[in-house]
Amino acid sequence: MIVAEQKPLAEIMELLGDARKVLVVGCGTCVTVCFAGGEKEVGILASALRMMSKLEGHPMEVDEATVQRQCEWEYIDPLEERLGEYDVVLSLACGIGVQAMNERFPDTLTLPGLNTTFLGLPEEQGVWEERCQACGDCILGLTAGICPIARCSKQLLNGPCGGSQNGVCEVDPDIPCAWQLIWERAVKLGRVDQLLEIQPPKDWSKSRDGGPRKIVREDLRLVEAE
Amino acid sequence: MAEERANGYKSGSNLEKILRAGHFAVTAELGPPQGADPEDILRKARILKGVADAVNITDNQTAIVRMSSIASGVLAMSEGLEPVVQMTCRDRNRLAIQADLLGAYALGMRNLLCLTGDHQSFGNHPTAKNVHDLDSVQLIRMVKDMRDEGCFQCGDAIKGVVPRFFIGAAANPFGDPFEFRPYRLAKKVAAGADFIQTQLIYDIPRFREFMKRVVDMGLHEKVYILAGVGPLKSSGAARYMRDKVPGMIVRDEYVERMVAAIKGIPKEDKKARREAWRKTGIQICIEQIQEIREIEGVAGIHIMAIEWEEAVRPIVEGAGLLPRPTVE
Repeated sequence: MIVAEQKPLAEIMELLGDARKVLVVGCGTCVTVCFAGGEKEVGILASALRMMSKLEGHPMEVDEATVQRQCEWEYIDPLEERLGEYDVVLSLACGIGVQAMNERFPDTLTLPGLNTTFLGLPEEQGVWEERCQACGDCILGLTAGICPIARCSKQLLNGPCGGSQNGVCEVDPDIPCAWQLIWERAVKLGRVDQLLEIQPPKDWSKSRDGGPRKIVREDLRLVEAE
Repeated sequence: MAEERANGYKSGSNLEKILRAGHFAVTAELGPPQGADPEDILRKARILKGVADAVNITDNQTAIVRMSSIASGVLAMSEGLEPVVQMTCRDRNRLAIQADLLGAYALGMRNLLCLTGDHQSFGNHPTAKNVHDLDSVQLIRMVKDMRDEGCFQCGDAIKGVVPRFFIGAAANPFGDPFEFRPYRLAKKVAAGADFIQTQLIYDIPRFREFMKRVVDMGLHEKVYILAGVGPLKSSGAARYMRDKVPGMIVRDEYVERMVAAIKGIPKEDKKARREAWRKTGIQICIEQIQEIREIEGVAGIHIMAIEWEEAVRPIVEGAGLLPRPTVE
Protein backbone atom coordinates (compact mmCIF):
# COMPACT_ATOMS: atom_id res chain seq x y z
CA MET A 1 0.00 0.00 0.00
CA ILE A 2 0.90 3.66 -0.19
CA VAL A 3 2.21 4.85 3.16
CA ALA A 4 2.03 8.51 4.14
CA GLU A 5 2.33 10.68 7.19
CA GLN A 6 0.75 13.94 8.14
CA LYS A 7 2.64 17.17 7.64
CA PRO A 8 3.39 19.18 10.80
CA LEU A 9 0.44 21.34 11.82
CA ALA A 10 2.49 24.53 11.51
CA GLU A 11 3.29 23.70 7.89
CA ILE A 12 -0.36 22.98 7.15
CA MET A 13 -1.39 26.29 8.74
CA GLU A 14 1.13 28.10 6.59
CA LEU A 15 -0.11 26.35 3.45
CA LEU A 16 -3.68 27.34 4.27
CA GLY A 17 -2.62 30.98 4.65
CA ASP A 18 -5.59 33.31 4.99
CA ALA A 19 -8.22 30.81 3.83
CA ARG A 20 -11.38 31.26 5.92
CA LYS A 21 -13.36 28.26 4.79
CA VAL A 22 -11.63 24.91 4.33
CA LEU A 23 -12.81 21.44 3.39
CA VAL A 24 -10.60 18.62 4.69
CA VAL A 25 -10.97 15.58 2.46
CA GLY A 26 -9.74 12.17 3.58
CA CYS A 27 -9.34 8.97 1.65
CA GLY A 28 -10.72 5.60 2.65
CA THR A 29 -8.02 3.41 1.12
CA CYS A 30 -4.24 3.24 1.78
CA VAL A 31 -3.95 6.30 4.02
CA THR A 32 -6.81 5.04 6.17
CA VAL A 33 -5.01 1.75 6.70
CA CYS A 34 -1.79 3.56 7.67
CA PHE A 35 -3.65 5.94 9.98
CA ALA A 36 -2.61 9.10 8.15
CA GLY A 37 -5.64 10.38 6.24
CA GLY A 38 -8.80 8.41 6.94
CA GLU A 39 -12.05 9.64 8.42
CA LYS A 40 -10.66 9.61 11.93
CA GLU A 41 -7.54 11.61 11.06
CA VAL A 42 -9.67 14.08 9.09
CA GLY A 43 -11.75 14.66 12.23
CA ILE A 44 -8.73 15.16 14.46
CA LEU A 45 -6.96 17.49 12.05
CA ALA A 46 -10.10 19.52 11.41
CA SER A 47 -10.52 20.07 15.17
CA ALA A 48 -6.89 21.05 15.50
CA LEU A 49 -7.22 23.57 12.68
CA ARG A 50 -10.33 25.07 14.24
CA MET A 51 -8.60 25.47 17.59
CA MET A 52 -5.32 26.71 16.20
CA SER A 53 -6.94 29.30 13.95
CA LYS A 54 -9.10 30.48 16.83
CA LEU A 55 -6.08 30.85 19.07
CA GLU A 56 -4.33 32.83 16.36
CA GLY A 57 -7.28 35.21 16.26
CA HIS A 58 -8.80 34.48 12.85
CA PRO A 59 -11.03 31.43 13.19
CA MET A 60 -11.37 29.15 10.21
CA GLU A 61 -14.50 27.32 9.25
CA VAL A 62 -13.44 23.73 8.67
CA ASP A 63 -15.70 21.03 7.24
CA GLU A 64 -14.91 17.35 6.80
CA ALA A 65 -15.45 14.75 4.11
CA THR A 66 -13.90 11.36 3.37
CA VAL A 67 -14.25 9.51 0.09
CA GLN A 68 -13.62 5.85 -0.52
CA ARG A 69 -10.78 6.45 -3.02
CA GLN A 70 -9.50 9.92 -3.81
CA CYS A 71 -7.59 8.65 -6.83
CA GLU A 72 -10.63 7.72 -8.92
CA TRP A 73 -13.03 10.14 -10.60
CA GLU A 74 -16.18 8.25 -9.69
CA TYR A 75 -15.47 8.57 -5.98
CA ILE A 76 -14.56 12.26 -5.97
CA ASP A 77 -17.13 13.52 -8.47
CA PRO A 78 -19.89 13.78 -5.82
CA LEU A 79 -17.75 16.41 -4.01
CA GLU A 80 -18.10 18.83 -6.91
CA GLU A 81 -21.34 20.49 -5.84
CA ARG A 82 -19.94 21.34 -2.38
CA LEU A 83 -16.63 22.79 -3.49
CA GLY A 84 -17.89 26.20 -4.55
CA GLU A 85 -18.30 27.31 -0.93
CA TYR A 86 -14.66 26.68 0.12
CA ASP A 87 -11.57 28.84 -0.27
CA VAL A 88 -9.38 25.76 -0.47
CA VAL A 89 -9.49 22.01 -0.03
CA LEU A 90 -6.98 20.28 2.22
CA SER A 91 -6.49 16.71 1.05
CA LEU A 92 -5.38 13.98 3.40
CA ALA A 93 -4.85 11.57 0.53
CA CYS A 94 -1.55 10.56 -1.05
CA GLY A 95 -0.06 12.74 -3.78
CA ILE A 96 -2.20 10.93 -6.32
CA GLY A 97 -5.38 11.90 -4.52
CA VAL A 98 -4.26 15.53 -4.18
CA GLN A 99 -3.57 15.68 -7.92
CA ALA A 100 -6.81 13.91 -8.81
CA MET A 101 -8.71 16.61 -6.90
CA ASN A 102 -6.78 19.40 -8.60
CA GLU A 103 -7.27 17.86 -12.03
CA ARG A 104 -10.95 17.16 -11.62
CA PHE A 105 -11.78 20.47 -9.94
CA PRO A 106 -9.60 23.07 -11.63
CA ASP A 107 -11.42 26.02 -10.05
CA THR A 108 -10.61 24.95 -6.51
CA LEU A 109 -7.09 24.66 -5.16
CA THR A 110 -6.46 21.40 -3.27
CA LEU A 111 -3.49 21.48 -0.89
CA PRO A 112 -1.58 18.48 0.49
CA GLY A 113 -1.92 17.67 4.18
CA LEU A 114 0.27 14.57 4.01
CA ASN A 115 3.74 13.67 2.86
CA THR A 116 3.43 10.60 0.66
CA THR A 117 6.32 8.51 1.86
CA PHE A 118 6.62 5.11 0.22
CA LEU A 119 5.08 1.86 -0.98
CA GLY A 120 5.36 -0.50 1.90
CA LEU A 121 3.76 -2.64 4.51
CA PRO A 122 3.13 -2.59 8.24
CA GLU A 123 5.87 -4.72 9.78
CA GLU A 124 3.96 -4.61 13.03
CA GLN A 125 1.34 -2.39 14.59
CA GLY A 126 2.60 1.18 14.22
CA VAL A 127 5.66 0.37 12.11
CA TRP A 128 5.73 0.65 8.34
CA GLU A 129 8.62 -0.03 6.00
CA GLU A 130 9.24 0.48 2.33
CA ARG A 131 9.21 -2.55 0.04
CA CYS A 132 8.86 -1.27 -3.52
CA GLN A 133 10.02 1.74 -5.52
CA ALA A 134 7.85 0.99 -8.54
CA CYS A 135 10.97 0.84 -10.73
CA GLY A 136 8.95 -0.62 -13.58
CA ASP A 137 11.14 -3.67 -14.17
CA CYS A 138 10.72 -6.11 -11.29
CA ILE A 139 13.82 -8.10 -10.36
CA LEU A 140 12.42 -9.94 -7.35
CA GLY A 141 12.73 -13.17 -9.32
CA LEU A 142 16.52 -12.72 -9.33
CA THR A 143 17.01 -11.65 -5.75
CA ALA A 144 15.32 -14.31 -3.63
CA GLY A 145 12.16 -12.23 -3.41
CA ILE A 146 13.82 -9.32 -1.58
CA CYS A 147 14.16 -6.00 -3.39
CA PRO A 148 17.58 -4.31 -3.38
CA ILE A 149 16.20 -1.31 -5.24
CA ALA A 150 13.90 -0.43 -2.36
CA ARG A 151 15.88 -1.92 0.49
CA CYS A 152 19.60 -1.43 -0.27
CA SER A 153 20.76 2.13 0.50
CA LYS A 154 22.79 2.10 -2.72
CA GLN A 155 20.42 0.06 -4.89
CA LEU A 156 23.17 -2.43 -5.65
CA LEU A 157 22.39 -5.28 -8.03
CA ASN A 158 25.47 -7.45 -7.65
CA GLY A 159 25.84 -8.01 -3.94
CA PRO A 160 26.57 -6.09 -0.76
CA CYS A 161 28.89 -3.10 -0.51
CA GLY A 162 31.79 -3.09 1.93
CA GLY A 163 29.67 -1.44 4.60
CA SER A 164 27.47 -4.43 5.39
CA GLN A 165 28.35 -5.87 8.78
CA ASN A 166 26.55 -8.07 11.29
CA GLY A 167 23.49 -8.04 9.07
CA VAL A 168 22.98 -4.28 9.09
CA CYS A 169 23.52 -1.44 6.67
CA GLU A 170 26.37 1.05 7.09
CA VAL A 171 23.86 3.88 6.96
CA ASP A 172 21.99 2.91 10.12
CA PRO A 173 22.12 -0.13 12.40
CA ASP A 174 18.30 -0.17 12.33
CA ILE A 175 18.34 -0.94 8.60
CA PRO A 176 18.81 -4.63 7.82
CA CYS A 177 21.28 -5.11 4.94
CA ALA A 178 19.13 -6.12 1.97
CA TRP A 179 21.97 -8.22 0.56
CA GLN A 180 22.43 -10.09 3.81
CA LEU A 181 18.73 -10.97 3.63
CA ILE A 182 18.99 -11.89 -0.04
CA TRP A 183 22.03 -14.08 0.57
CA GLU A 184 20.51 -15.92 3.52
CA ARG A 185 17.27 -16.61 1.67
CA ALA A 186 19.08 -17.70 -1.50
CA VAL A 187 21.15 -20.14 0.57
CA LYS A 188 17.99 -21.48 2.18
CA LEU A 189 16.23 -21.87 -1.16
CA GLY A 190 19.27 -23.37 -2.89
CA ARG A 191 19.42 -20.49 -5.36
CA VAL A 192 22.86 -19.05 -4.68
CA ASP A 193 23.91 -19.56 -8.31
CA GLN A 194 21.54 -16.80 -9.31
CA LEU A 195 23.48 -14.32 -7.19
CA LEU A 196 26.77 -15.21 -8.85
CA GLU A 197 25.57 -14.06 -12.26
CA ILE A 198 26.58 -10.51 -13.15
CA GLN A 199 23.49 -8.35 -13.37
CA PRO A 200 23.90 -5.80 -16.17
CA PRO A 201 23.17 -2.09 -15.67
CA LYS A 202 19.53 -1.52 -14.93
CA ASP A 203 17.21 0.03 -17.50
CA TRP A 204 16.20 3.07 -15.51
CA SER A 205 14.13 4.39 -18.40
CA LYS A 206 11.35 2.22 -17.07
CA SER A 207 11.69 3.81 -13.69
CA ARG A 208 11.93 7.57 -13.88
CA ASP A 209 13.21 10.66 -15.65
CA GLY A 210 11.02 10.12 -18.70
CA GLY A 211 7.93 12.04 -17.67
CA PRO A 212 4.96 10.28 -16.12
CA ARG A 213 4.84 6.59 -16.92
CA LYS A 214 1.70 5.38 -18.59
CA ILE A 215 0.03 2.05 -19.25
CA VAL A 216 -2.52 1.72 -22.02
CA ARG A 217 -4.52 -1.50 -22.16
CA GLU A 218 -6.43 -1.56 -25.41
CA ASP A 219 -8.27 -4.68 -24.28
CA LEU A 220 -9.79 -2.74 -21.42
CA ARG A 221 -10.48 0.62 -23.07
CA LEU A 222 -14.05 1.58 -23.73
CA VAL A 223 -14.45 2.22 -27.43
CA GLU A 224 -16.58 5.27 -28.02
CA ALA A 225 -19.64 4.75 -30.21
CA GLU A 226 -19.48 6.39 -33.61
CA MET B 1 43.29 -9.59 -29.44
CA ALA B 2 42.86 -6.26 -27.69
CA GLU B 3 45.11 -7.45 -24.89
CA GLU B 4 47.98 -7.89 -27.30
CA ARG B 5 48.23 -4.19 -27.89
CA ALA B 6 50.63 -1.97 -25.95
CA ASN B 7 53.40 -4.59 -25.76
CA GLY B 8 51.06 -7.12 -24.24
CA TYR B 9 50.03 -4.79 -21.45
CA LYS B 10 46.44 -3.82 -20.93
CA SER B 11 47.27 -0.27 -19.98
CA GLY B 12 51.03 -0.09 -19.78
CA SER B 13 50.87 1.60 -16.37
CA ASN B 14 53.79 1.28 -14.00
CA LEU B 15 51.59 -0.59 -11.54
CA GLU B 16 50.64 -3.12 -14.19
CA LYS B 17 54.27 -3.60 -15.23
CA ILE B 18 55.43 -4.09 -11.64
CA LEU B 19 52.74 -6.68 -10.98
CA ARG B 20 53.22 -8.45 -14.30
CA ALA B 21 56.95 -8.70 -13.61
CA GLY B 22 56.14 -10.51 -10.37
CA HIS B 23 57.34 -7.81 -8.00
CA PHE B 24 55.54 -7.35 -4.70
CA ALA B 25 53.71 -4.11 -5.44
CA VAL B 26 53.29 -1.13 -3.17
CA THR B 27 50.51 1.41 -3.57
CA ALA B 28 49.67 4.27 -1.26
CA GLU B 29 46.89 6.76 -0.88
CA LEU B 30 46.69 10.50 -1.35
CA GLY B 31 43.65 12.36 -0.11
CA PRO B 32 42.85 15.58 -2.03
CA PRO B 33 42.19 18.78 -0.06
CA GLN B 34 38.87 20.39 0.77
CA GLY B 35 40.09 23.43 -1.11
CA ALA B 36 41.60 24.47 -4.40
CA ASP B 37 45.30 24.83 -3.55
CA PRO B 38 47.44 22.72 -5.90
CA GLU B 39 50.29 22.86 -3.38
CA ASP B 40 48.33 20.54 -1.06
CA ILE B 41 48.61 17.79 -3.67
CA LEU B 42 52.16 18.61 -4.75
CA ARG B 43 53.41 18.51 -1.16
CA LYS B 44 51.89 15.07 -0.51
CA ALA B 45 53.11 13.84 -3.88
CA ARG B 46 56.68 14.79 -3.01
CA ILE B 47 56.41 12.80 0.22
CA LEU B 48 55.14 9.70 -1.61
CA LYS B 49 57.44 9.88 -4.59
CA GLY B 50 59.72 6.88 -4.89
CA VAL B 51 58.05 4.87 -2.12
CA ALA B 52 55.01 3.55 -4.00
CA ASP B 53 54.50 2.16 -7.50
CA ALA B 54 51.25 4.07 -7.84
CA VAL B 55 49.15 6.23 -5.56
CA ASN B 56 45.38 6.15 -5.18
CA ILE B 57 43.69 9.53 -5.36
CA THR B 58 40.41 9.31 -3.48
CA ASP B 59 37.09 10.43 -4.94
CA ASN B 60 35.10 12.51 -2.43
CA GLN B 61 36.20 10.09 0.25
CA THR B 62 33.64 9.48 3.02
CA ALA B 63 31.28 11.59 0.92
CA ILE B 64 33.07 14.83 1.79
CA VAL B 65 33.64 17.21 -1.11
CA ARG B 66 37.27 17.44 -2.10
CA MET B 67 39.31 18.36 -5.14
CA SER B 68 38.44 15.95 -7.93
CA SER B 69 40.43 12.76 -8.21
CA ILE B 70 41.31 13.34 -11.86
CA ALA B 71 42.44 16.94 -11.39
CA SER B 72 44.46 15.92 -8.34
CA GLY B 73 45.91 13.06 -10.37
CA VAL B 74 47.20 15.48 -13.00
CA LEU B 75 48.92 17.49 -10.27
CA ALA B 76 50.39 14.33 -8.72
CA MET B 77 51.72 13.27 -12.12
CA SER B 78 53.52 16.56 -12.48
CA GLU B 79 55.56 15.51 -9.43
CA GLY B 80 56.34 12.14 -10.98
CA LEU B 81 53.74 10.04 -9.20
CA GLU B 82 51.59 7.53 -11.03
CA PRO B 83 47.98 7.99 -9.95
CA VAL B 84 45.26 5.41 -9.45
CA VAL B 85 42.11 7.40 -10.10
CA GLN B 86 39.29 6.37 -7.77
CA MET B 87 35.81 6.52 -9.25
CA THR B 88 32.64 5.97 -7.24
CA CYS B 89 29.14 5.22 -8.47
CA ARG B 90 27.65 7.54 -5.87
CA ASP B 91 28.17 10.87 -7.62
CA ARG B 92 27.99 10.15 -11.33
CA ASN B 93 25.74 8.35 -13.78
CA ARG B 94 27.07 6.31 -16.69
CA LEU B 95 27.34 9.34 -18.96
CA ALA B 96 29.36 11.38 -16.49
CA ILE B 97 31.65 8.47 -15.62
CA GLN B 98 32.46 7.69 -19.26
CA ALA B 99 33.04 11.35 -20.07
CA ASP B 100 35.40 11.66 -17.09
CA LEU B 101 37.23 8.48 -18.10
CA LEU B 102 37.85 9.80 -21.61
CA GLY B 103 39.23 12.97 -20.03
CA ALA B 104 41.30 11.10 -17.46
CA TYR B 105 42.91 8.95 -20.11
CA ALA B 106 43.59 11.96 -22.32
CA LEU B 107 45.34 13.58 -19.34
CA GLY B 108 47.57 10.55 -18.86
CA MET B 109 45.79 8.49 -16.18
CA ARG B 110 46.26 4.74 -16.64
CA ASN B 111 44.95 3.13 -13.43
CA LEU B 112 41.36 3.24 -12.25
CA LEU B 113 39.80 1.92 -9.07
CA CYS B 114 36.07 1.23 -9.42
CA LEU B 115 34.08 1.72 -6.22
CA THR B 116 30.51 1.81 -5.01
CA GLY B 117 31.24 4.82 -2.78
CA ASP B 118 30.57 5.61 0.86
CA HIS B 119 26.99 6.61 1.51
CA GLN B 120 26.31 10.35 1.35
CA SER B 121 24.85 10.32 4.86
CA PHE B 122 28.41 10.03 6.25
CA GLY B 123 29.67 13.16 4.57
CA ASN B 124 29.12 16.87 4.57
CA HIS B 125 26.18 16.85 2.16
CA PRO B 126 23.86 14.30 3.75
CA THR B 127 20.80 15.72 1.97
CA ALA B 128 22.33 15.10 -1.48
CA LYS B 129 20.71 12.70 -3.94
CA ASN B 130 22.92 9.70 -4.63
CA VAL B 131 23.19 8.30 -8.12
CA HIS B 132 24.10 4.59 -8.19
CA ASP B 133 23.04 4.34 -11.83
CA LEU B 134 25.64 1.56 -11.96
CA ASP B 135 27.10 -0.54 -9.18
CA SER B 136 30.81 -1.25 -8.90
CA VAL B 137 30.59 -4.56 -10.79
CA GLN B 138 28.77 -2.90 -13.68
CA LEU B 139 31.29 -0.04 -13.63
CA ILE B 140 34.18 -2.52 -13.94
CA ARG B 141 32.48 -4.17 -16.92
CA MET B 142 31.85 -0.82 -18.56
CA VAL B 143 35.50 0.24 -18.25
CA LYS B 144 36.63 -3.14 -19.55
CA ASP B 145 34.32 -2.91 -22.55
CA MET B 146 35.58 0.59 -23.27
CA ARG B 147 39.12 -0.79 -23.30
CA ASP B 148 38.73 -4.23 -24.86
CA GLU B 149 35.69 -3.77 -27.09
CA GLY B 150 36.25 -0.10 -27.85
CA CYS B 151 32.66 0.72 -27.07
CA PHE B 152 30.63 2.80 -24.70
CA GLN B 153 28.19 1.20 -22.29
CA CYS B 154 25.39 1.66 -24.82
CA GLY B 155 27.35 -0.30 -27.43
CA ASP B 156 28.31 2.65 -29.66
CA ALA B 157 31.91 2.62 -30.85
CA ILE B 158 34.35 4.99 -29.20
CA LYS B 159 35.73 7.29 -31.89
CA GLY B 160 39.50 7.37 -32.22
CA VAL B 161 41.59 6.73 -29.12
CA VAL B 162 40.18 4.16 -26.73
CA PRO B 163 40.83 4.65 -22.98
CA ARG B 164 42.90 1.72 -21.78
CA PHE B 165 42.85 1.51 -18.00
CA PHE B 166 44.39 -1.00 -15.63
CA ILE B 167 41.18 -1.78 -13.80
CA GLY B 168 41.04 -2.02 -10.06
CA ALA B 169 38.31 -2.97 -7.64
CA ALA B 170 37.89 -3.13 -3.89
CA ALA B 171 37.21 -6.16 -1.71
CA ASN B 172 36.24 -6.16 1.92
CA PRO B 173 37.07 -9.46 3.63
CA PHE B 174 35.59 -8.02 6.84
CA GLY B 175 32.17 -7.22 5.50
CA ASP B 176 29.22 -9.55 5.73
CA PRO B 177 27.88 -11.92 4.63
CA PHE B 178 31.39 -13.36 4.87
CA GLU B 179 30.45 -16.42 2.79
CA PHE B 180 29.47 -14.15 -0.08
CA ARG B 181 32.67 -12.05 -0.07
CA PRO B 182 34.87 -14.38 -2.17
CA TYR B 183 32.00 -14.76 -4.66
CA ARG B 184 31.62 -11.02 -4.83
CA LEU B 185 35.33 -10.81 -5.61
CA ALA B 186 34.83 -13.48 -8.28
CA LYS B 187 32.10 -11.36 -9.85
CA LYS B 188 34.45 -8.39 -9.99
CA VAL B 189 37.11 -10.54 -11.62
CA ALA B 190 34.59 -11.90 -14.13
CA ALA B 191 33.50 -8.34 -14.86
CA GLY B 192 37.09 -7.42 -15.74
CA ALA B 193 39.05 -6.37 -12.66
CA ASP B 194 42.82 -6.60 -13.13
CA PHE B 195 43.77 -5.78 -9.55
CA ILE B 196 42.11 -5.67 -6.16
CA GLN B 197 42.83 -3.45 -3.19
CA THR B 198 41.31 -4.67 0.06
CA GLN B 199 39.81 -2.88 3.01
CA LEU B 200 42.22 -2.08 5.87
CA ILE B 201 43.30 -5.31 7.53
CA TYR B 202 43.42 -5.45 11.33
CA ASP B 203 42.34 -9.06 11.56
CA ILE B 204 44.89 -11.23 9.83
CA PRO B 205 43.28 -14.60 10.69
CA ARG B 206 40.06 -13.56 8.99
CA PHE B 207 41.99 -12.18 6.02
CA ARG B 208 43.89 -15.47 5.83
CA GLU B 209 40.61 -17.40 5.77
CA PHE B 210 39.30 -15.11 3.04
CA MET B 211 42.46 -15.59 0.97
CA LYS B 212 42.27 -19.34 1.40
CA ARG B 213 38.85 -19.32 -0.23
CA VAL B 214 40.07 -16.93 -2.91
CA VAL B 215 43.01 -19.23 -3.69
CA ASP B 216 40.78 -22.31 -3.65
CA MET B 217 38.63 -20.61 -6.27
CA GLY B 218 41.75 -19.84 -8.30
CA LEU B 219 41.02 -16.13 -8.28
CA HIS B 220 44.57 -15.16 -7.30
CA GLU B 221 45.69 -16.42 -10.71
CA LYS B 222 43.28 -14.13 -12.50
CA VAL B 223 43.70 -10.94 -10.50
CA TYR B 224 46.45 -9.23 -8.51
CA ILE B 225 45.39 -8.83 -4.89
CA LEU B 226 46.90 -5.96 -2.92
CA ALA B 227 46.27 -6.23 0.81
CA GLY B 228 45.16 -3.00 2.48
CA VAL B 229 47.08 -1.89 5.57
CA GLY B 230 47.45 1.36 7.45
CA PRO B 231 49.32 2.64 10.49
CA LEU B 232 47.20 3.29 13.58
CA LYS B 233 47.60 6.85 14.84
CA SER B 234 46.57 6.43 18.47
CA SER B 235 44.72 4.09 20.79
CA GLY B 236 41.64 6.30 20.37
CA ALA B 237 41.79 5.93 16.61
CA ALA B 238 42.15 2.15 16.96
CA ARG B 239 39.15 1.99 19.27
CA TYR B 240 37.12 4.21 16.98
CA MET B 241 37.83 1.97 13.98
CA ARG B 242 37.04 -1.12 16.02
CA ASP B 243 33.76 0.19 17.41
CA LYS B 244 32.40 2.75 14.98
CA VAL B 245 33.49 2.22 11.40
CA PRO B 246 31.11 -0.01 9.43
CA GLY B 247 32.77 -2.82 7.53
CA MET B 248 35.92 -2.96 9.69
CA ILE B 249 37.25 -5.46 12.20
CA VAL B 250 40.09 -4.41 14.51
CA ARG B 251 41.41 -7.12 16.78
CA ASP B 252 41.83 -6.17 20.41
CA GLU B 253 45.54 -6.98 20.32
CA TYR B 254 46.16 -3.89 18.16
CA VAL B 255 44.15 -1.64 20.46
CA GLU B 256 46.04 -3.06 23.44
CA ARG B 257 49.42 -2.47 21.83
CA MET B 258 48.48 1.12 21.10
CA VAL B 259 47.37 1.57 24.71
CA ALA B 260 50.60 0.00 25.97
CA ALA B 261 52.64 2.29 23.70
CA ILE B 262 52.03 5.31 25.93
CA LYS B 263 52.35 3.50 29.25
CA GLY B 264 54.31 5.61 31.68
CA ILE B 265 54.13 8.77 29.59
CA PRO B 266 52.28 11.50 31.47
CA LYS B 267 49.02 12.65 29.90
CA GLU B 268 50.28 16.24 29.70
CA ASP B 269 53.22 15.26 27.52
CA LYS B 270 51.15 15.17 24.36
CA LYS B 271 54.15 15.29 22.09
CA ALA B 272 55.79 12.24 23.65
CA ARG B 273 52.52 10.31 23.56
CA ARG B 274 52.01 11.22 19.93
CA GLU B 275 55.55 10.12 19.08
CA ALA B 276 55.14 6.83 20.96
CA TRP B 277 51.83 6.10 19.29
CA ARG B 278 53.15 6.84 15.85
CA LYS B 279 56.24 4.73 16.35
CA THR B 280 54.12 1.79 17.47
CA GLY B 281 51.57 2.33 14.71
CA ILE B 282 54.30 2.20 12.08
CA GLN B 283 55.91 -0.83 13.76
CA ILE B 284 52.60 -2.76 13.81
CA CYS B 285 52.08 -1.93 10.16
CA ILE B 286 55.52 -3.22 9.21
CA GLU B 287 54.90 -6.46 11.09
CA GLN B 288 51.52 -6.83 9.40
CA ILE B 289 53.08 -6.45 5.96
CA GLN B 290 55.65 -9.11 6.77
CA GLU B 291 52.92 -11.46 7.96
CA ILE B 292 50.56 -10.73 5.07
CA ARG B 293 53.34 -11.19 2.52
CA GLU B 294 53.54 -14.82 3.47
CA ILE B 295 49.87 -15.43 2.64
CA GLU B 296 49.37 -17.20 -0.66
CA GLY B 297 47.79 -15.10 -3.35
CA VAL B 298 48.85 -11.68 -2.07
CA ALA B 299 50.57 -9.73 -4.85
CA GLY B 300 51.23 -6.48 -3.06
CA ILE B 301 50.31 -4.05 -0.37
CA HIS B 302 48.10 -0.97 -0.38
CA ILE B 303 49.06 1.46 2.38
CA MET B 304 46.35 3.82 3.56
CA ALA B 305 48.00 6.39 5.80
CA ILE B 306 45.18 8.84 5.90
CA GLU B 307 46.41 12.42 6.38
CA TRP B 308 49.75 10.89 7.45
CA GLU B 309 51.61 10.45 4.19
CA GLU B 310 54.95 10.82 6.02
CA ALA B 311 54.40 7.35 7.52
CA VAL B 312 54.54 5.57 4.16
CA ARG B 313 58.29 5.76 3.63
CA PRO B 314 59.30 4.33 7.03
CA ILE B 315 56.71 1.58 6.60
CA VAL B 316 57.88 0.59 3.12
CA GLU B 317 61.48 0.86 4.18
CA GLY B 318 60.89 -1.08 7.40
CA ALA B 319 59.17 -3.84 5.43
CA GLY B 320 62.24 -4.12 3.21
CA LEU B 321 60.42 -2.95 0.12
CA LEU B 322 62.76 -0.13 -0.89
CA PRO B 323 64.00 0.81 -3.36
CA ARG B 324 60.99 0.30 -5.59
CA PRO B 325 61.84 -1.71 -8.71
CA THR B 326 61.60 -0.28 -12.20
CA VAL B 327 60.30 -2.26 -15.15
CA GLU B 328 60.93 -1.08 -18.68
